[in-house]
Amino acid sequence: MQGILTKIVKVGLITERVKPYTDDELEHTGTALKAHIDRRFAGSLTIRQLDAGSCNGCELEIHALNNAFYDIERFGVHFVASPRHADVLLVTGPVSRHMQVAALRVYTATPDPKWVVAVGTCAADGGEFGVSYASCGAVSNVLPVDAVIPGCPPTPLALLKGLLTLIRRR
Amino acid sequence: MKNALNANALPQPIHTDGRFRWLGEFLDELQKRGATVEERPAVTLAPARLVHAAREDWGRCAQTASLNGCRWAGVWAEDRGDTLLLTACLEKRGDYLLLRTSLPAEAPEVPSQTSYYPAADRPERHTRDLFGVHFTGRIDTRRWLRHQAWREEQYPLQKSFPVMGTPPAETAPDVDYPFLHAHGKSVYEIPVGPVHAGIIEPGHFRFQAVGETVLNLEERLGYVHKGIEKIAEGRTADGLARLAGRVSGDTTVAHAWAACMAMERAAGVEIPSRALALRALFAERERIVNHLWDIGGVCNDVAFTFAYQQFGRLRELWLRNNGRWFGHRLLMDCVVPGGVATDIAAEAASEMLKEAGALRGELEELFGILENNGSLQDRLVTAGALTPQVALALGCLGYVGRASGIAYDLRRDAPYAPYDKLTVSVPCLVQGDVAARVKVRVEEIRVAIDLLERLLIDLPQGAIRVPWTAPAPGAEGLGLVEGWRGEILSFVRFAESGRIDRYYPRDPSVMNWPALEKLILNNIVPDFPVCNKSINGSYSGHDL
Repeated sequence: MQGILTKIVKVGLITERVKPYTDDELEHTGTALKAHIDRRFAGSLTIRQLDAGSCNGCELEIHALNNAFYDIERFGVHFVASPRHADVLLVTGPVSRHMQVAALRVYTATPDPKWVVAVGTCAADGGEFGVSYASCGAVSNVLPVDAVIPGCPPTPLALLKGLLTLIRRR
Repeated sequence: MKNALNANALPQPIHTDGRFRWLGEFLDELQKRGATVEERPAVTLAPARLVHAAREDWGRCAQTASLNGCRWAGVWAEDRGDTLLLTACLEKRGDYLLLRTSLPAEAPEVPSQTSYYPAADRPERHTRDLFGVHFTGRIDTRRWLRHQAWREEQYPLQKSFPVMGTPPAETAPDVDYPFLHAHGKSVYEIPVGPVHAGIIEPGHFRFQAVGETVLNLEERLGYVHKGIEKIAEGRTADGLARLAGRVSGDTTVAHAWAACMAMERAAGVEIPSRALALRALFAERERIVNHLWDIGGVCNDVAFTFAYQQFGRLRELWLRNNGRWFGHRLLMDCVVPGGVATDIAAEAASEMLKEAGALRGELEELFGILENNGSLQDRLVTAGALTPQVALALGCLGYVGRASGIAYDLRRDAPYAPYDKLTVSVPCLVQGDVAARVKVRVEEIRVAIDLLERLLIDLPQGAIRVPWTAPAPGAEGLGLVEGWRGEILSFVRFAESGRIDRYYPRDPSVMNWPALEKLILNNIVPDFPVCNKSINGSYSGHDL
């Protein structure tokens, strides 16, 4: 126990602080995100992540949003286990044909109002995989898409900014 | 003596350094059993060697190989017009033997190897679903990769099948897959997935349980099948490297390296020593980042969030440095045909040495905490134990094999440059439980840090890439790389004008997924996440 406490104290607070009026991109993006979420979603935005056929690269960066540096929860953004609890579906990958119906069912299970964010180059336009006997390509070929965050994969910062753009537009 | 004579009668051996000493005896024994086999020269497939077998002897070959202690490492087919070529990969003492047979395209029937090698089960079904090869004598004749995107009598990897196929507007869910059923008063079934509750890839798990005890687990994969093998056809070398880097996003370096190695061997392209060192440097960074993340993940699955946060922090620091030094956090597209796409600046090399030293210090502190935490160890020790016997029978790879007594690592046992000049120590335990897999991975991080430092200190000067020259049509090559999950096998054949005719990447997950079904038995359902995480098979790398 002593080891754990010592390590916690030694590492200190590494979460990149939210200070308005600085140039640091994360701080600025995070602050803006929080303000928008407070106004539009009463302080809370819930996300269900759906891998519809990704190579898993996008998932690695989405995971990073929860590490201590980005700590996306402090902006009121939570990842939830059920689509029934979600405001936003964060969909990655080209939609594989074997996941087509599952993706549609997840969409149907998500209550209105809901937004679909296509994350990553494959979700945006099919990427390296495109459309084939096995792949439906872009998420918009299967679900109505409200915002796109491109990148292969998008960085955590790009993900934060993309979410902000979505919320601003709504 | 007879064996030695037989070996001498074979075509000129490619290796003279004590490799393949067992091969003569093996071929001799096959002939004694009445099999028609013949070694054929295959310079570009080196360091592997190639043996042709009559198709009716395919099962017998597997039987003899199994009795001779060969490991079964994969199978793939190729549509060559009138014939289908079928190639299986065997390994013994770091020597790779390709066993090949040719099947008439109109009736591609061949005896199954599954009764001698359980590992061949799903790969044979994969080959049947995509090529129409009929493996006779199989007990399990169910589809594997195919769900409902194409019909049973359609075979997407036959050249006549168009890349677009003829899919329905909406692909039906695969609802009638015949899972194994358990019956009895107290038995119940838990279907999980394809969509899981976390930020995870999709796949289906079907549990039969009594109370909380798992009676049986059956995996159903194939949900993220994206037609990688098909869309590889017709690509340029650069295009294939990009695709290979997306077979499994967490293994982008090792898959791109294996594909490039196969292409470079096929084309006889020698890459500069600095590029080789940089590839290894990227691969070791990939190993470190993934091991850090998974050790944290295992701890998180038993609610030890302290470790999850600490390892997540270290991982993020390394990802940021990847981005800063090499332009991509996951190092995608850094490995290219002919070398690497990004060099390392002199000042970055010295910073990287500091980074390695800092990680070593932090790890000793954190590993000490893990080792001494009774609550954590209570959850990990004995959980999900995979016995050495089962691991061996399934041909398990990487840390899954090494935690269950299989001390195999390509970097040491079949070293490719630059590892041929480095000392790679290979940790191995026999307990086979979650704790052992964590321990092995801890040790592998230590080894990787040592290797990184060695690579940085001895970094050769010079070019990082040579111009790509396309090989003649028909040229083939085999790439073998020790990725962070274990051995990656990558087969490439070229068509006209330097275009790809065939690409088959075998991720280590193919060999490790079946182990999860075995090691979970008699564990409780709530321990499934931590057991699964300790294996961490790639869905995308498996489904292709």
